[in-house]
Amino acid sequence: MTGVGRARFAITFDGEEIPVEEGQTIAAALIASGRRSWRTTRGSGAPRGVFCGIGVCFDCLATVNGRPNVRACLATARPGDAVTMQDGTGHADDAV
Amino acid sequence: MSTTTPDVIVIGAGIVGASCAHALAAAGMRVAVVERGGIAAGTTSGGEGNILVSDKEPGPELELALLSARLWRGLAEDLGEASLEYEPKGGVVVARSADTAAALASLATHQRAAGVLVDDLDADGLFGLEPNLARDVSGGAWYPQDAQVQPMLATASLLRRARSNGAEVHAGTAVTAFVRDSGGEMTGVRTDSGAVPKLSAPWVINAAGTWAGEVAALAGTPLPILPRRGFILVTEPLPRVVRHKVYTAEYVANVASSDADLQTSVVIEGTRGGTVLIGASRERVGFDRTMSLEVIRRLAAQAIGLFPFLADVSLLRTYLGFRPYCPDHLPVIGEDPRAPGLIHACGHEGAGIGLAAATAHLLAQHVTGRPADLDLAPFRPDRFADVTAVPA
Amino acid sequence: MTPSEGRPPFDVAVIGAGPAGLAAAVTAVAGGSQVALVDAASGPGGQYWRHRDDDDGARHHAWPAFLRLRGAVDAASTAGTLTSFAGHQVWHVERTADAFAMHALVDGRGAVIHARSLVLATGAYDRQLPFPGWTLPGVYTAGAAQALLKGNGVRVGSRVVVAGTGPFLLPVATGLAEAGAQVVGVFEAGRPTAFARHPLAVVRNAAKLVEGAGYLRVLRRHGVPYRTRTTVIEALGEARVTGARIASLDPSWRVVPGSERTIECDAVAVGYGFTPQVELPLQLGCEMTLDRDGSLVARVDDAQASTVEGVFAAGEACGVGGAELAVAEGQIAGAAAASSATGRPAGAPRGAHGRRSAGRAFARAMHESFTVPTGWQGWLTPETIVCRCEEVTAGRIDEVIRGLGAADPRAVKLFARPGMGLCQGRVCGYATACLVASGAGRDVTAADLHAIASRPIAQPVPLSVIAGLGGRDPS
Repeated sequence: MTGVGRARFAITFDGEEIPVEEGQTIAAALIASGRRSWRTTRGSGAPRGVFCGIGVCFDCLATVNGRPNVRACLATARPGDAVTMQDGTGHADDAV
Repeated sequence: MSTTTPDVIVIGAGIVGASCAHALAAAGMRVAVVERGGIAAGTTSGGEGNILVSDKEPGPELELALLSARLWRGLAEDLGEASLEYEPKGGVVVARSADTAAALASLATHQRAAGVLVDDLDADGLFGLEPNLARDVSGGAWYPQDAQVQPMLATASLLRRARSNGAEVHAGTAVTAFVRDSGGEMTGVRTDSGAVPKLSAPWVINAAGTWAGEVAALAGTPLPILPRRGFILVTEPLPRVVRHKVYTAEYVANVASSDADLQTSVVIEGTRGGTVLIGASRERVGFDRTMSLEVIRRLAAQAIGLFPFLADVSLLRTYLGFRPYCPDHLPVIGEDPRAPGLIHACGHEGAGIGLAAATAHLLAQHVTGRPADLDLAPFRPDRFADVTAVPA
Repeated sequence: MTPSEGRPPFDVAVIGAGPAGLAAAVTAVAGGSQVALVDAASGPGGQYWRHRDDDDGARHHAWPAFLRLRGAVDAASTAGTLTSFAGHQVWHVERTADAFAMHALVDGRGAVIHARSLVLATGAYDRQLPFPGWTLPGVYTAGAAQALLKGNGVRVGSRVVVAGTGPFLLPVATGLAEAGAQVVGVFEAGRPTAFARHPLAVVRNAAKLVEGAGYLRVLRRHGVPYRTRTTVIEALGEARVTGARIASLDPSWRVVPGSERTIECDAVAVGYGFTPQVELPLQLGCEMTLDRDGSLVARVDDAQASTVEGVFAAGEACGVGGAELAVAEGQIAGAAAASSATGRPAGAPRGAHGRRSAGRAFARAMHESFTVPTGWQGWLTPETIVCRCEEVTAGRIDEVIRGLGAADPRAVKLFARPGMGLCQGRVCGYATACLVASGAGRDVTAADLHAIASRPIAQPVPLSVIAGLGGRDPS
């Protein structure tokens, strides 16, 4: 499955290094690393990861470089991207 | 199929019709509701669910609003807050300039004299209530009586209770004609339904929302009810970011305005669902349902001006509604002398959700022959000299 | 700043760069138009021809057709007759005085593209039916399994169950098997042998049947069982999928008592046909119709023209039918859109009309062979989540239908919130419409689907982008 000659670099998920092949989405890199979920729902706190894989369902949301609600299945990974687990709405900083 | 003859026919299963059905059924009346569409599918579904005393100047509408705010609290206790998504959150009105702050303080003084609970706020007081508010505010006011319901859910819950008290609801059933006796008194309606082609009752209530003018015309008692379009923006789900209903003092001026042009004055609030609602625009464009990016843009810009964090929050959807208004901006509530037995309960403009409870309560008192808690004279249906302006 | 600002409107804008959109763009260029090709992805191909940059096409069907179209797009770009707007997510389309304005998001910023005529080639996504456990991580749409594999070289799991209905399950399972995953089984809820009842469609589309037989051969070689009238009725696991419950179905898709069994797996890929992306035709006010597969689609005439002047549709947006049909429709739409914009005659390539009618006959046969009856509703428990975004359960939906008198999907949505979340009902809309129709003892109507597919804002847009739209602020 590994592409020959594709550039490889790393992103981080909650500080841990994740290898990426050039062109992969953040979701693909997380799945390839064995992860299945990187978000919890705001209602029941259930874990979620990729469902539709093409940007339709908004299940694979992640916080990327501090920006919440990024669809990981659409976002092409860039070297050094810092991805973090997203709890609920991803907007906890604005809560009062 | 109806087995007994109703005492009251209610036209419209929106918030006003549902409130009337609930109040009358609770008073022991047999009620039949006829609705041409679905429950809460018309005027009500375009609303925000405001129960406000803060936006009203002293006068008959404020008295109605105060009574209604009290009645809504009772309904929430009776039916359960969750079944209405009733939130007694209170309202915060914000003045962006010293002049506006002074005008607001003067309004508050008059409202206080009329029985409204209101506290003047300085900038620090505002930030204490709403920490995310923009820093360039001059002052404001706090109205603890303001509340909110989810209008569609509230309508459905009121109707459920009415049904358990014996009311019948005929959805998908349009009134095609009114039936009057030789003396001109209302005796019932004809419908387009095969199941209930005709309903007879000594009382008929017109609670058809923005389309109440059409219903009134059908009854031969024209009313000048016109649509005013309003858009509401809905954000992505958020934690609690806005604690109360927050709006700018300009809103009060716009509510009372007769200007046909687009007016926007921002009203912001959180919901149980987590979304933040951003209103309110007002324009007279008939029943045009076309999305207006210009309205959306202005509301978004004003919302960010009031709550800067909203700049990074996403708009998820928009919806629009048609607020039924009369030329004098007062609702029409009461029996029509032109057709005894016909009662109008309409023209509440953008305050229909809030005023529904009092409207229903007062009409139930009228129908059951009990003394009224409030004088309905200011709302009487025959107060209009010229009623040619009925929507097509 | 985008390449479109400050320039005159394009003659034709094509939204979607899959098979239909590429064909439309290339044909419109050939017809003498200045063309904008707008797509949310970073490169052309759509879901069907999703690929990695150095892909040799070995795993793709009709790859030479893609290379030809991409070559023509590249040549037109070089010649200055086509401008590609990749990475543009269109969130609203509106009619302006003399053209159409497409509002898009690019990397979180706003962009506007103007064009005199439009080809909507927005494609489709997997249609889903809810079932207990379907929100567990490790349950994917069939399209997700495909996208991760073709676009990223990543397998969704090592023991994968593929289930649902329709021919698309076969390439998904085959791709996974060839990539080294153990496909535990392909479970087709329907009984596709019904297809044989359409001999004309079969004869005119022999190549497709050969293709299907090829998939089945590959699956056999990998020892993958293919079972019909069978599906996944529950995904099992705590924090991720560890197994699936499989059951045999009767013709209406009720579970055959005693047929249930559990299979260990680490991924489930499901799809029950496709749902066309129709928010843009709905925003423009195009007349819609209910297609034979139960999808809401844009009504088009012989020239692929919608009921709104200057707006054309091609591919799944006007009827699910696969890539070859989409290409033919794209060619016809591209030519018609070019003439509509420039006033000069432009023709579709020779044979396009014939390929379209053959493709439609095949699609019709497919739709009739892979219908979705109502028995799936019996797989649900009151706790089963129907709306994934707002976590609305089947029990709550039932409560508002029975207790609060919700008689249509809009009422259910307003009372109980399914479809109110970030995906705006794209995933749960079909199921919600089916549940409320069943509750009312009727079939799903176009009006039901219209109510749930109407999205004035097609993608979440930052309020700062909305506030920055061109316009006067009186304050």
